[in-house]
Amino acid sequence: MKLEYIVAIVVILFAAQFFYGVASNPDSEFGGADGEAEDVIAEINPDYEPWFGGIGFEPPGGETESLLFALQAAFGAVVIGYTIGYYKGKGEKNK
Amino acid sequence: MHIFEGFLPSPWWQAWFVFSIPVILYGMYRLNKLVNERREVVPLLAVAGAFIFVLSSLKLPSVTGSSSHPTGTGMAAILFGPAITAVLGLIVLLYQSLFLAHGGITTLGANVASMGIIGPLVAYLFYRAASRSGMNFYLNVFLATAIANWVTYVFTSLQLALAFPAPEGGILASFLAFGAVFATTQVPLAIMEGALTALIMKYVIQIKSDVLVDLKVLSIDKATKLREAMQ
Repeated sequence: MKLEYIVAIVVILFAAQFFYGVASNPDSEFGGADGEAEDVIAEINPDYEPWFGGIGFEPPGGETESLLFALQAAFGAVVIGYTIGYYKGKGEKNK
Repeated sequence: MHIFEGFLPSPWWQAWFVFSIPVILYGMYRLNKLVNERREVVPLLAVAGAFIFVLSSLKLPSVTGSSSHPTGTGMAAILFGPAITAVLGLIVLLYQSLFLAHGGITTLGANVASMGIIGPLVAYLFYRAASRSGMNFYLNVFLATAIANWVTYVFTSLQLALAFPAPEGGILASFLAFGAVFATTQVPLAIMEGALTALIMKYVIQIKSDVLVDLKVLSIDKATKLREAMQ
């Protein structure tokens, strides 16, 4: 169980750094760091225009985007849970 | 590590494809061989791929006031090596660039290079070296994956700096500017990813320690000791 406790402490510390981040950046919306990198590009080279538009599907808004991200996470979580559960069950049966 | 669509000018986007494509091809060859020779690793492969899916879908807030992704590729790198991990990373990056307008097709080569190749390579090398020196297994997994996550973003900064050298100070000044955005933001996420990976590895040992021995991730002695410690 020891490792679980350590991970739980890391999760709590992670939450703490988030709240500290909120307190020290009161106006921040916690946008993506990749978007910030785009701003740095604009500073270095103000004339740069992306030369290629997206050919994939672009989510019409934040709601659809969060749906697709959630689907991605759910798909992954199902596979992990199924596989670990399957082998755990199998292992217990063979004892 | 997501460089947006169209944000790498010529010749950089082509250069990163030239860098990544051979690794992907080698990874596919290795993957094919592994699956044909050892059917029993398929579930573990699925878990490693799914772990990348879950972690890279999470946008975690950091103390700097911006959010970023864990990569999830460290675990696959420790288990299967960087070439196979590059193939798994490619699948996730394709999904995100085609359906989420995250990353892009023209920048796919560069994004595979950072998240799929360089980060995992660092995780793999660190894990193997520390493993030989006898470091505690979980601490090793934690450090290897946390460092790999961080290096992925430092490498992205370098990729952007090479493509956008500052008018004054050149590549180095740009590298520091991009690094300032990514490197600090990434520290808490790297620690989080390392801890989560160590935990999931514990469950993998619990259920499939024999496969880890087969894959030469652990020696038989070490696997036995780790399993005994769980009883």
